[in-house]
Amino acid sequence: MTDLSQFSLLVVYAAMASYTIALVAFAIDLSSLRARRDSEGRVIREHALVGVRTGGTAGDGGAVAVPAPGRRRAAGIAMSTTLLGAAFHGIGVVSRALAAGHVPWSNMYEFTLTFTFVAVGLYLWLAHSHDLRYLGAFVVGPVLLLLGVAVAVLYVAAEGLQPILDNYWLYLHVSVATVAIAVLGLAAVLAVLQLAKDLAGDSRWVAILSGLPGAAELERLSYRFTAVGFVLWTFTLVAGAIWAEHAWGRAWGWDAKEVWTFVIWVIYAAYLHARATRGWDGRRAAYLVIAGFAAIMANYFVVNFLLSTKHGYAF
Amino acid sequence: MTVVWLRWAWRQLTSMRVALMLLLLLAVAAVPGSFFPQRAQDPVAVARFLTDNPRTGAVLDALGFFSVYSSPWFMAVYTLLFVSLIGCILPRIRDHWRALRSGPPRVPSRLTRFPVHVTGTTALDVEDAYAAVLRRLRGRYRARRTFAGITAERGYLRETGNLVFHVALVGILLAFGYGQLATYRGQAIVVEGESFANSVVDYDSFESGTLVDQRQLEPFTFTLEGMTSRFSETGRPQYFGAEVLVTQPGQAPFRQVIEPNEPLTVTGTRVYLSGNGYAPRIRVTDGAGNVAFAGAVPFLPQDDVYTSTGVVKVPDVTDGDQLGLAGQLLPTAVDDGATLRSVHPDPANPLLVLQVWRGDLGLDDGIPQNVYQLQTDRMEQVTGADGAPLLLVLTPGATAELPDGLGTVTFEDLPRFAALDLRHDPSLDWLLGTTVAAMLGLMGSLFIPRRRLWVVCAARDGVTRVDAAALARGEDASLAADLAQVLGPLELTKDDA
Repeated sequence: MTDLSQFSLLVVYAAMASYTIALVAFAIDLSSLRARRDSEGRVIREHALVGVRTGGTAGDGGAVAVPAPGRRRAAGIAMSTTLLGAAFHGIGVVSRALAAGHVPWSNMYEFTLTFTFVAVGLYLWLAHSHDLRYLGAFVVGPVLLLLGVAVAVLYVAAEGLQPILDNYWLYLHVSVATVAIAVLGLAAVLAVLQLAKDLAGDSRWVAILSGLPGAAELERLSYRFTAVGFVLWTFTLVAGAIWAEHAWGRAWGWDAKEVWTFVIWVIYAAYLHARATRGWDGRRAAYLVIAGFAAIMANYFVVNFLLSTKHGYAF
Repeated sequence: MTVVWLRWAWRQLTSMRVALMLLLLLAVAAVPGSFFPQRAQDPVAVARFLTDNPRTGAVLDALGFFSVYSSPWFMAVYTLLFVSLIGCILPRIRDHWRALRSGPPRVPSRLTRFPVHVTGTTALDVEDAYAAVLRRLRGRYRARRTFAGITAERGYLRETGNLVFHVALVGILLAFGYGQLATYRGQAIVVEGESFANSVVDYDSFESGTLVDQRQLEPFTFTLEGMTSRFSETGRPQYFGAEVLVTQPGQAPFRQVIEPNEPLTVTGTRVYLSGNGYAPRIRVTDGAGNVAFAGAVPFLPQDDVYTSTGVVKVPDVTDGDQLGLAGQLLPTAVDDGATLRSVHPDPANPLLVLQVWRGDLGLDDGIPQNVYQLQTDRMEQVTGADGAPLLLVLTPGATAELPDGLGTVTFEDLPRFAALDLRHDPSLDWLLGTTVAAMLGLMGSLFIPRRRLWVVCAARDGVTRVDAAALARGEDASLAADLAQVLGPLELTKDDA
């Protein structure tokens, strides 16, 4: 049993190593999107690049540097190493579940391990049908950070379930929470990029952003993630209330975790209203998506470590 | 003048912008309740905060920071929000009802002004083209053939869902309010072998809403036949179960095990297992040799190894001083030379360690006392032969003689107790129903596409010209594809854009 949990930890380290390589490769790819060099090593200006490109679908309007297919070697490496990392990550989650003898989300270490895996899995699944290579660094980076926190700070040895957690609502309430957090995390990443793109405009110092889609496109994507995430979060909240009624004898008791879950729900509800309000759509709405996810992280780290809550054992 | 002003205020309140502000305000207003202890949840923590920070505590208290969710400002925010919601939703229900009855709107005069539009020619004649489009629309769109062309609309459920969601939110609020009024809840500690009857006197603590008649609680009783606790070797809890025999008037008694997550339900009242521990059975004889006290006394666990504290108050002595015992129960006691401590929650080597007090327990003052605390201000601690405070250390079955002919104390055996929460809340079904309605409505309002679509055909120069456009409410990635699909059977030759 301990051997298996040791193995799990080892595989998680392997996943982190793969993600690190992927992060570097994604970063190289992003920076090369803006500056391509000619045969003598001189940087080709972007508008020149569009001019010399052959075989591509030109005409998307001037200085957008979209290199021809096949030239993004770094992106290819990044996607493969992300896939490899996700495979390690998945094995890490499964072996941890086997070692503990229960679903891998009954404490903060396991929960972090699982929702980051869901985030990467979701990204890879969507990248299968859409070109989301520009997003890679901004997904793998935060995941790497969270995994680092998980193994360094949150790690606890695999153990049996506490009787209060041993219930089918653990499957429903918490698994949906992991997916909701992964989806809303991706939405927040997209909102950050949208804002960066929006605020930077055409200025050259953030040329690294030039490989990204336009702010409007990012906003649309961010909205679609948030809409799905909001429904999942609603379910998490409702399932939590039903479970609390079974376990603690009350559906809603303004426990610190419940307060923050409610606050997060209201922030995203405000976002949905903001999108329909003139003057609030676009940039200001994006701030709400980011605030929502910041509140989710506060709900996780601040509430669990600093405030008194009945949820202390896990998320 | 007032009317104008009121109308302006009403329009403001029901506007989306104000709803948005109120939502953000609600989010901000809810947060302090997670940082400051709340009276409804943890009154002891509030009292401690007030003693530790007397000055800031008093200010915060006056501002309602210790009962945020029933404070005037929190109530003001959500009341305004719900008024705004209702004011917004009622006209929309009326409009939606009209739209449902009247069907798709007229065909706009210029279709090319819509972002998603198609123009072209087809080999079919006008009537065949209309018929083909209507066949395609059947089942998916509400379509109407007018003089100006075909108008079609789908996704009425999107707005229906949105309205259901908002109405259901009002329902949730009402269900909560009803729950506050009609709920009673309480706690009771029941020792193995003892019984509980559902009446206010049998509760250790009891609170109820104003609609509850305290003399008419659901009649049932149960006996705790056994309390099972299992721990791993390292002392981690593995299983808890309270075996009860439930009796109701006019019905056959039945047995059930109350476990965490598995409450007992009797006539709408639920009984939850919220804790457990040991209740050492203690017998005290006084100086005259009469039994002054006999019974199981719950000792409350203080940590993971069930180091438990409790007191025994012995007022009914034949004559002389009253007695008070206070101390600890150690389920698996280990003597490491200097101190006694418990290392495991199982009763492998139970020890009862008690100090003894004599004097006036203060029970006759008429002031309610905490049964888990000894008031020693009018008592004096009994000392041993060496002059140090007397410490009784008892194993099950052992009896200790008190000095000065005060009597004896016997630790008879060690039953367990179950701490039970009882709750009767008739609003739960309403809460569940409105919540499910809200979730379904929400999904409809976010994921059902609402589309309008128009197709106009006209014969000109021997060919049939087709103008078509589509419009969506909100985000809709597949709008253009849907229009193309509807126009499929026309096999259009598109005009160059």
